[in-house]
Amino acid sequence: MDLAKRNRKEKTFRLLGLSAIVLSLVFLVSLFASVISSGLPSFWQTKYTLQLDLPSDKLDKSGTRDPLKMKKVTTIGYSKALVQALKDNLDAAGIDYSELSKKEFKNMISKEAPAQLRNAVLADPSLLDRSFTWTLLANGRIDGYYKGRVTMQSAELDGMVSPAQLELADAMKEKGLLKTSFNTQFFWWPDASDLRPEAAGLGVAFLGSFYMMLIVLVLAVPISVCTAVFLEEFAPTNWFTDLIEINISNLAAVPSIVFGILGLSLFINFAGLPQSAPLVGGLCLTLMTLPTVIIAARASIKAVPPSLKDGALALGASKTQAVFHHVLPSAAPGILTGTIIGLAQALGETAPLLLIGMVAFVREYPSLSPEGITEPATALPIQIYNWTVRGDPAFVERASGAIIVLLTFMIAMNLLAVLLRRRVEKRW
Amino acid sequence: MFDKTLDRTMTENTKITAQSVNVHYGDKQAIQDVNVDIIDKAVTAFIGPSGCGKSTFLRCINRMNDTIVGCKVTGSITFEGKELTEFDPVYLRSRIGMVFQKPNPFPKSIYDNVAYGPRIHGMAKNKAELDDIVERALKKGAIWDEVKDRLDAPGTGLSGGQQQRLCIARAVATQPDVLLMDEPCSALDPIATAQIEELINELRENYCVIIVTHSMQQAARVSQKTAFFHLGHLVEFDDTNKIFTNPEDPRTESYITGRIG
Ligand SMILES: Nc1ncnc2c1ncn2[C@@H]1O[C@H](COP(=O)(O)OP(=O)(O)OP(=O)(O)O)[C@@H](O)[C@H]1O
Ligand SMILES: [Mg+2]
Repeated sequence: MDLAKRNRKEKTFRLLGLSAIVLSLVFLVSLFASVISSGLPSFWQTKYTLQLDLPSDKLDKSGTRDPLKMKKVTTIGYSKALVQALKDNLDAAGIDYSELSKKEFKNMISKEAPAQLRNAVLADPSLLDRSFTWTLLANGRIDGYYKGRVTMQSAELDGMVSPAQLELADAMKEKGLLKTSFNTQFFWWPDASDLRPEAAGLGVAFLGSFYMMLIVLVLAVPISVCTAVFLEEFAPTNWFTDLIEINISNLAAVPSIVFGILGLSLFINFAGLPQSAPLVGGLCLTLMTLPTVIIAARASIKAVPPSLKDGALALGASKTQAVFHHVLPSAAPGILTGTIIGLAQALGETAPLLLIGMVAFVREYPSLSPEGITEPATALPIQIYNWTVRGDPAFVERASGAIIVLLTFMIAMNLLAVLLRRRVEKRW
Repeated sequence: MFDKTLDRTMTENTKITAQSVNVHYGDKQAIQDVNVDIIDKAVTAFIGPSGCGKSTFLRCINRMNDTIVGCKVTGSITFEGKELTEFDPVYLRSRIGMVFQKPNPFPKSIYDNVAYGPRIHGMAKNKAELDDIVERALKKGAIWDEVKDRLDAPGTGLSGGQQQRLCIARAVATQPDVLLMDEPCSALDPIATAQIEELINELRENYCVIIVTHSMQQAARVSQKTAFFHLGHLVEFDDTNKIFTNPEDPRTESYITGRIG
C-alpha cells in the first residue's frame, strides 16, 4: 500500500472516531438539557404568605386546647378557616375576588394546606386565637402558571383552573401575598396523592434508597471481596472453579428483573420478609451488585504484579499475610471503584424493586431506627417511575426534578470513585 | 558427571544438599537429576545458558516452586541436615531469604519495606528495636546513607539500583541463614553492580549466599564455588578457580569461553 493511501486511511479513521465522540456528546447534552429544563422548575414552589387568626370556637369547641379533643375537627374545618383567612387577607390588601365562584376560590389553596395547618395546630394549640404569619401551598395549577406550564389560554380549556383564578394570583403576587421560592420541601416531604402534586416530595424515597444502599454496601462489599480473593488466590483451578467463574460472569448479564423475581420468591414468599421494605430491596440489589463488584475486584487483584506477592512470600509471609498485607491494598483502588460503580448502578435500578412491591404509594417515613429497613418505603427511581405515570403534568415536572437529583447522586458517586482512586494511588 | 570426590574437606560446613533433584513443569522436565552440596559462609554461583533451570533450582531451595501451579519437585533437598519438605515453608523462607531478578519493593515506605519481615516474625519487641533492625539492614544493603533522611518515602520511588539494594536489605532484615539471589544485577548499571558485588562479598562472612548470574566475570569475582547448568543438568560443580581455569567438561569450557550460550 502506498503512503498516501495509508495516510488517507488514518485520516478517515480519526475523522470517524471524532464524529462518534461528537455524536455521543450531542446525545448527552440534549439528554441533560431536556431533563434539566423540564426538571429545574420542581425546585421552586409557589406559596401564599398569609396573616392567620384562627378562631378557637370552630377549631377547639371544647376550649380545653387538648389535642386529643381537637382531633375531632377534620381538615374540612381547617379548610374553611383558611378560606376565611384568604378572604380577610385579600380584603385587607384591597384585592377584588368577586369574579370567582366559591369553588374556584377554595381551589386557590392546595388540598394539602389544611392538613398541614391542622398538624401544626395539633402540635401547638397555642396557635389558636392569635395572629401569626403562615405560608401555605398554592394549588398545583397556579404553581404551574408561574413556571410556564399553565397559561391563560390553557386555563380556559382546563377544568381544574380558570383564568379568573390566575388573575387573582397575579394580583396577589403584586401585593406580595404570593411568592415562588426555593422548594426545600421537595427533598424531604413524602409523596402526595394524585390531586396534590404541589405537596409531593422525595423524602420517603430518599430514606428507602439510603437504607438499600447501606444494605448493599454492608453485604456486597465483604462478600464480593472475599469471593474475589478466594477465587483469585486460594481456589484450585479445576472444572468446579471454572464453573463458578462462568456463572459469575453470567450473573452479571442476567436482566435485573430476574433478581426481582428471585427476591420475590426467595425473600418474601419463602423467607417471609415484609413486602415493600428496603430490607428486601437491598437484598435483591445486593444479589444484582455482587457479580459487578466481584468481577471488578478480581480484575484488580489480577492486575497486582505477582512479584509483589512473591516478595512477601519469600520473606516468610504466609499466603494470607501476603494477600492481605500486599495484594489487597494494591488492589483496593480498583475494588473501590468497582464498588462505587456497582452502588451507583443499584441506586438507579428500578425493575427488581417493582416486583417486590416497592412501587406502593407510601406516605409514612420508615423509622430511623434499625427496624426502619423492614418498614414500607419507596426508592428514588421508583418515585420517578411513579410520578411519570400520573396524569398531572405537575408530577411529570417533579419526576424530572427527581431525575436531576438521582443523576446528581450518581455523578457525585462516580466523582467520588475517581477522587478516591486518585488519592489512594497518589500515596505511592 | 563431575568428580564426586572433589574437595570434601568442607563437608562439615555443608548447609544445603541436593540429591537426584528433578523438577517438572507439567509434562516438561526443567531439571534432571541434580546433585549438589552447598557450603556455608561462601558464595556459590549458578551459571548456564538461558532456560537451563538455574532459577528453577534456586526456587526449589526456598520452596517458592510450591506456589507455581503444575510444578513438581522430586528427589531430596536438605537444609541443615533436614529434609525441606519437613519444614513449614513459611518458616523455611524466613531462614532462606531471596532477592529476585527484578527489584520488587512493596508499594510502601522504605522503612516499612525493610520492617515488614521483622514485623511478621515478631523479631522486635518495640519500635526502638525495630528501628535498630531496619537501620542495620539498610546499612548491610549499602543503601543507608542514601535513604536515611527519607525513610518515609515510597520504596518504589527509588532508582532501579537503589530498589535492588533495598530488596537485599529487606531480605537481610529477617536475618536469614541463606540468601538466594536470582540475577540481582541484571537490571543495574556497572556502578550499582559493583556496589552489590561488594555487598555480596561482605555478606559472605555471615551467610551462605547463592547467586545466579549470566556474567562470567561476576561469577569469577564474587564466588568461591561455581555450578554450571546446561539443559536442566548440573554439568559441573567445583571451586570457581577451577571452573574458570581448568574445567573438566567440554561443555563448561565452551560456555565460559563463549562458544555455547
Ligand atoms: N512457571 C513455569 N511454568 C512452566 N515452565 C517454566 C516455568 N518457569 C520456568 N519454566 C521452564 O523451565 C525451564 C527452566 O527455566 P528457568 O527459569 O529455571 O531458567 P533459567 O536458567 O533461570 O533461565 P534465565 O537465565 O533465562 O533466567 C525453561 O525451559 C522454562 O521454560
Ligand atoms: Mg532465571
